[in-house]
Amino acid sequence: MNAGWPAIEFVVNGETRNVHVPPMKRLLDVLREDLHLTGSKEGCGEGECGSCSVRMNGELVNSCLVPVLQAQGACIQTVEGLACDGELHPLQQAFLHCGGAQCGICTPGMLMAAAQLLANNPRPTVAEIREGLAGNLCRCTGFKRIFDSVLSAAAQTEIPMASETHAR
Amino acid sequence: MSAHAKTRIVGSPVPRKEGVDKLLGRARYVDDIEREGMWHGATVRSAIPRGLIRSIGFDRNIDWSEFAIVTAADIPGHNHIQLIFADQPCLADGKVNHCDEAVILLAHPNKHKVREAAAAVRIEYEPMPPVFTIEESERQDVIVWGADNVLKSFLLEKGDVDSAWVGAAHIVEGEYRTGAQEHLYIENNGVIAEYSADGGVTIWGSLQCPYYVHKSLLAVFDLPEDKVRVIQTETGGAFGGKEDYPSILAAHAALLAMKSGHPVKMVYDRMEDLAATTKRHPSRVRHRTALDGNGKLLAMDIEIATDGGAYSTLSSTVLSRATLHSPGPYVCPNVRVRSRAWATNIAPYGAFRGFGAPQAVFAIERHMDEIAAAIGIDPIELRRRNFLHDGDTTATEQVMREPVILDQLLDRALAESGYNGKRARFAKENKTNPVKRGMGIAAFYHGSGFTGSGERNLNSLAGIDVTADGKVRVLVSSTEFGQGTNTVLTQIAAEAIGIDYEDVMMAPPDTGIVPNSGPTVASRTSMVVGRLIERACLQLVALLRKNVGLGETFSREEFFAASERYRATKGEVVSLCRYEAPPGIFWDDQKYRGEAYPAYAWSIHVAQVAVDTVTYSAEVEDFWAAQEAGRVLNPVLAGGQIEGGVAQGIGYALYEKVLLQDGHMVNNQMTNYIMPTAEDVPPIHVYFVEIPFSHGGYGAKGIGELPHDGPAPAILNAIRDAVGISFTSIPLLPEDLFAKLAVRTGVEEVAAV
Repeated sequence: MNAGWPAIEFVVNGETRNVHVPPMKRLLDVLREDLHLTGSKEGCGEGECGSCSVRMNGELVNSCLVPVLQAQGACIQTVEGLACDGELHPLQQAFLHCGGAQCGICTPGMLMAAAQLLANNPRPTVAEIREGLAGNLCRCTGFKRIFDSVLSAAAQTEIPMASETHAR
Repeated sequence: MSAHAKTRIVGSPVPRKEGVDKLLGRARYVDDIEREGMWHGATVRSAIPRGLIRSIGFDRNIDWSEFAIVTAADIPGHNHIQLIFADQPCLADGKVNHCDEAVILLAHPNKHKVREAAAAVRIEYEPMPPVFTIEESERQDVIVWGADNVLKSFLLEKGDVDSAWVGAAHIVEGEYRTGAQEHLYIENNGVIAEYSADGGVTIWGSLQCPYYVHKSLLAVFDLPEDKVRVIQTETGGAFGGKEDYPSILAAHAALLAMKSGHPVKMVYDRMEDLAATTKRHPSRVRHRTALDGNGKLLAMDIEIATDGGAYSTLSSTVLSRATLHSPGPYVCPNVRVRSRAWATNIAPYGAFRGFGAPQAVFAIERHMDEIAAAIGIDPIELRRRNFLHDGDTTATEQVMREPVILDQLLDRALAESGYNGKRARFAKENKTNPVKRGMGIAAFYHGSGFTGSGERNLNSLAGIDVTADGKVRVLVSSTEFGQGTNTVLTQIAAEAIGIDYEDVMMAPPDTGIVPNSGPTVASRTSMVVGRLIERACLQLVALLRKNVGLGETFSREEFFAASERYRATKGEVVSLCRYEAPPGIFWDDQKYRGEAYPAYAWSIHVAQVAVDTVTYSAEVEDFWAAQEAGRVLNPVLAGGQIEGGVAQGIGYALYEKVLLQDGHMVNNQMTNYIMPTAEDVPPIHVYFVEIPFSHGGYGAKGIGELPHDGPAPAILNAIRDAVGISFTSIPLLPEDLFAKLAVRTGVEEVAAV
């Protein structure tokens, strides 16, 4: 049924993937339905909540607003690509120990937004963290422990993560 | 008493039990799950608030033979959702009572096609006059529910209010209003249903109370208990919003599964979830208060009205909690509370964190500041003169037998916030600064567990077992939806037995496996279910000592070896406990008198607010929350509960407005229903004073709802302090500030000329 569509090729979490899907299909749906990467979530479908946030070519995007056509040739990182060889990423460690995740539904997007922030600004202030995460809504935590998590991860991370989406 | 003992695991910040799965993105929420041959469901909803259904038309351009179509006529059992009363239909049958009420269900293999098809069903109505507000419902010109539009009423009386007015030095009246509030869990409501003639109904879903859904499906399908199975999937936030609504959605999906012969997934999108599912009850509370010359309360006459929406759902119990929290944490010899929940043609209101208490606390704590201003006493001093203390009686004549430390909490909150110094400084600075700052407080309690005889009626059963592969499993229907059930209950079990946190896991939240430990609501899980788990563990250790020679002291290896010896000789290693009320508890449901709650959590909130008189925006700049909620089982989780609740309370006060037009929510999107973001929430400073409660799990009392009760009155009190004008209604948006502040500024300017 999908064979009729031309291939769209992109790299997800370091792996080259080909999909034959309608070009206007949302990147979020392609990730979840065609590639079975269900870590990215849909909260609103209109780019307000950020729970579908992924990193694409070094930018943070709402994957519910990206037609997969735009991902042709792109390097994409989702929450599934954050841990390395079974080791939690410093951000995941920090969220676990600081209480940055409660119900967990905003967490995948929040982690990607935090990774993006630290890639551009390895030692952010709380004000910079607030700004960097302003597009990601969390209804459980009141954000404080998310800020603590990002600060804690930043303090533990020696290598800037700028090249992460491309280098893996 | 275990509550006072030194502990290894309880009280420590062990990481969240299911945390790693959530952080890796591998936790399975309902929309992440596929079933073989699964179809997708959609709901055709009423477009009008009230009327008779005249006809239903299906667009001829669609091949309807591809679809499963369900109407009320397809319901094999009773067409109602079983909760407290059975007035809400599963599907509207000939008549609709609110906008977005479910009328027809569709299923199809393609989820996009089923949504298009739902939009192509035309329902013709004969409209009937609707009722949209508490005031319209009170007038009773149009009766939309029962004989008089009253969903429920309560009368609480202590002393003799009517004779207290004569001789009072002061009488102060006030009226306070709160708006609806949406839970805005980031995961919308969703379920998957399967049906077979032999196996019955199986549900996987995002929900709080598996046994509520179970009970409701028994009625809709007219099935015996063992033919309905409900399994909670990872749940992305709930806050009360997934207490009762999933019973409706599960029934819908199961009807479609039965009709189509396929598993059916129904996951709402945001617009549907916002328009059709429950919200916090809007309220209007009137206070009339008598005081003596020393500012001591003589009488409180309180009238509560809530908007319950089109069906009764949980309005009666929400009203009960509002009634019991309305007099505040004060001693008063004469109290009368008259409360009513009114029916309107709005989508039914339901459970939301706090459950009536935030509405009641907003009114009394705003009113206390109004009294202070009216009689010329400092608002802090007025509260101190009237606080409840150990041995005092509440409005229901419940004697406070556990310590009440409001003064201590108040001292702490004032000191930490620098309240007095800041108030004085702001008063000076406000004279010349267009940004006016102020400090406000709220003092309040939240009753832990079900109201009155509720816990005894629930008769919860919970326990543990030991698996053959050497793990202890916690057997409860109490669910995790972010608040930390998994973590605190496994902490309690590990502590009570004397094994490691890693040795304990949760049994799947599946009615086919776990007993009914009651709903996960009412700040009851740590206190009530936690206590049951503690008891079940001690009971198992005693059993192993008696039967298979487990020593007085033992290692974890010895515990599991003893469990295996027991399994080999006696069978299953399991220990269950049933709820036992603390001794001396008495509650009269008729007179509304006695022990309203087994325990109370106490709190003081302080808000620092800045009101910009150029933009008319109000911003909470800093926030302090001091509380006593018994033993803190996990400081990271407990702190997170307080901070998250405060953030929701800030949204309730200043951001979140449900806009209704002809009974339909018109801002049903995240673009126009606004919650506080990472840039809006202030620093929140949290302080716990721990007094273990002897009947709670390791001394815990309820904590989940407490923090939502205080922010709104603290913030509006701070705004009063900042600008000298009273606001009595929430949400308080910039346009509302403008309406009062701009008028005043205008008058002053005229006067200056």
